[in-house]
Amino acid sequence: MAVKNFVVASFDDEAVLFPAVKKVRTAGYKIHDVYTPFPVHGLDQAMGLRETSLHTAGFVYGITGTTTALSCMSWIFTSDWPMNIGGKPHFPLPAFIPITFELTVLFAAVGMVLTFCYLCQLAPGVKKHIFHARQTDDLFVMAIEVTAKTNAAELKKFLTSIGGLEVNEQRVEAGWWYGRFDREDRLFDNKQPEPVNA
Amino acid sequence: MKDQFVVPARLKTTSFVLMGIGLLTLLIGLFAFQGEQGSTRFWAGLLQNSTFFTLIVLASTFFIAATTLAHGGWQIGFRRVPEAISMAVPVLGGILFILLMILVFTGKTDIYHWLDAEHVKHDPILNWKAPFLSKGFFTTATIITIGLWSFFTWKLRKMSIEEDSWDLSAATGKKIVWRNTVWTGGFLVVFVLSVGSTTPWMWLMSIDAHWYSTMYSWYTFASTWVSGAALIALFVIYLKRNGYLPMVNEEHLHDLGKFCFAFSIFWTYLWFSQYMLIWYANMPEEIVYFKPRVWGEWRPIFFLNLLINFITPLLFLMKRDTKRNYSAMVFIAVVIIFGHWLDFWQMVGPGTYHHLVFPWFEFGIGLGFVGLIIFLVSNNLTKAALVPKNHPYLKESIVHHT
Repeated sequence: MAVKNFVVASFDDEAVLFPAVKKVRTAGYKIHDVYTPFPVHGLDQAMGLRETSLHTAGFVYGITGTTTALSCMSWIFTSDWPMNIGGKPHFPLPAFIPITFELTVLFAAVGMVLTFCYLCQLAPGVKKHIFHARQTDDLFVMAIEVTAKTNAAELKKFLTSIGGLEVNEQRVEAGWWYGRFDREDRLFDNKQPEPVNA
Repeated sequence: MKDQFVVPARLKTTSFVLMGIGLLTLLIGLFAFQGEQGSTRFWAGLLQNSTFFTLIVLASTFFIAATTLAHGGWQIGFRRVPEAISMAVPVLGGILFILLMILVFTGKTDIYHWLDAEHVKHDPILNWKAPFLSKGFFTTATIITIGLWSFFTWKLRKMSIEEDSWDLSAATGKKIVWRNTVWTGGFLVVFVLSVGSTTPWMWLMSIDAHWYSTMYSWYTFASTWVSGAALIALFVIYLKRNGYLPMVNEEHLHDLGKFCFAFSIFWTYLWFSQYMLIWYANMPEEIVYFKPRVWGEWRPIFFLNLLINFITPLLFLMKRDTKRNYSAMVFIAVVIIFGHWLDFWQMVGPGTYHHLVFPWFEFGIGLGFVGLIIFLVSNNLTKAALVPKNHPYLKESIVHHT
């Protein structure tokens, strides 16, 4: 949790956003995040984000499910409580496969959903600052962190020059917090600016 | 932009060498397999290879039809490749047709024992199946299916080439999309009624005439469709490596890789569904098919089949990077095609020549077919520009992002 300064710019066109992201990165500014109303293909590469490790996690969960199902059933039907079902052997591998498959899918699916929530820092009640009210509606919103080396005034001018529509500076909580949006201001030492087009 | 394919001399030589190997094997086979038992293997080997390779080139027509009907724009950039592959359907279909007619009309009862009229009379099961498993129905159905496949393939290809001389206006685009939708829709009805239901029962399942499995056709379809996708990937990579198809990149390859991955799993799903129900019920008339395969001489092939066609693609193609890597895709595509060729071998072999043999003859004939496919496809690739430049979805294909 850290309160930081951000320079925020909104864009209304993908065709402007992509070159803007590129120019901001080339200029050496640190993009905090770009908020879009829908998944924009290729934006993650443009922003230089590393590839997600979600699928590796999914594989591990899947393998865990396979192992759990197979070992559990094998143990039950061979040593714990052997039963004669339709004259089949006590270790009827083909009969185990559907359940193994289901458990693999279940472990992978539930595990990946939870991991996804963890990676995106999502949970019931967890709040994050909304830089612009229209970032989930019809605008692309880019937030750039103001570090010690950043000249905020220059950055604002730069963003306007590359197509940013509403450029402003906000001092907000960068991470997540647990609570309510209407009490958000308690976290900060100064009030956040009113949205321009409210 | 290199838009016109020219067959490189090396590719031409390769195809002729492979076809030569095929012909040589055919000749050797003709002399090596004499007599009652010997000729069984000769005909069974031909049947296995010609059905397999006909169905995997037909998978290209299916690829065009399915992606067109789903309004998939991503494949337009390399659509001429499946088109060229599909143009091998009339030729391979012709070979298959001649072969089937020889089998049926010279009465090869060692392949199709339902051909033995005297035996069928005293066999209630075969007698009951006689309307379906008869010379008349078999011939008629074979002519109709191969004829319709060839017709639709030819029609789709003709329409696509014709559109190259049209313009880029919106009205033309709508017309292109509409008529392709109609014709591919028509083809899919034919395809589902043939490959998806009766044709594999007739050509392959009737080797074990007493046995039946409704899953069999879907299983065959899955087998040939995944190999067909691998074949498309191979040709796309070949062209890409030789500097053609500038608009195709790893994004398109990724999607082809996903097809190979997904349908390898689909194949396993059908394989297992067929196997488990029969294993569970354990009825003599049903397990007769799996008896020689699981507990007989063919046991190693049976499990090798599962290893090559399920475990290998599953683990290999699971990672995103392998699906986007040209060399990795070449490797897995060859493995998939070989694996499903092996699958067809164990579908045909145990029911005809019973004993597990080293498949030099089958493999040699297979190489001949590979050569023939390379020859036909490379020739067809030269007959049209490599990019359908007036297709309204072309842009979608160029900017495709997985």
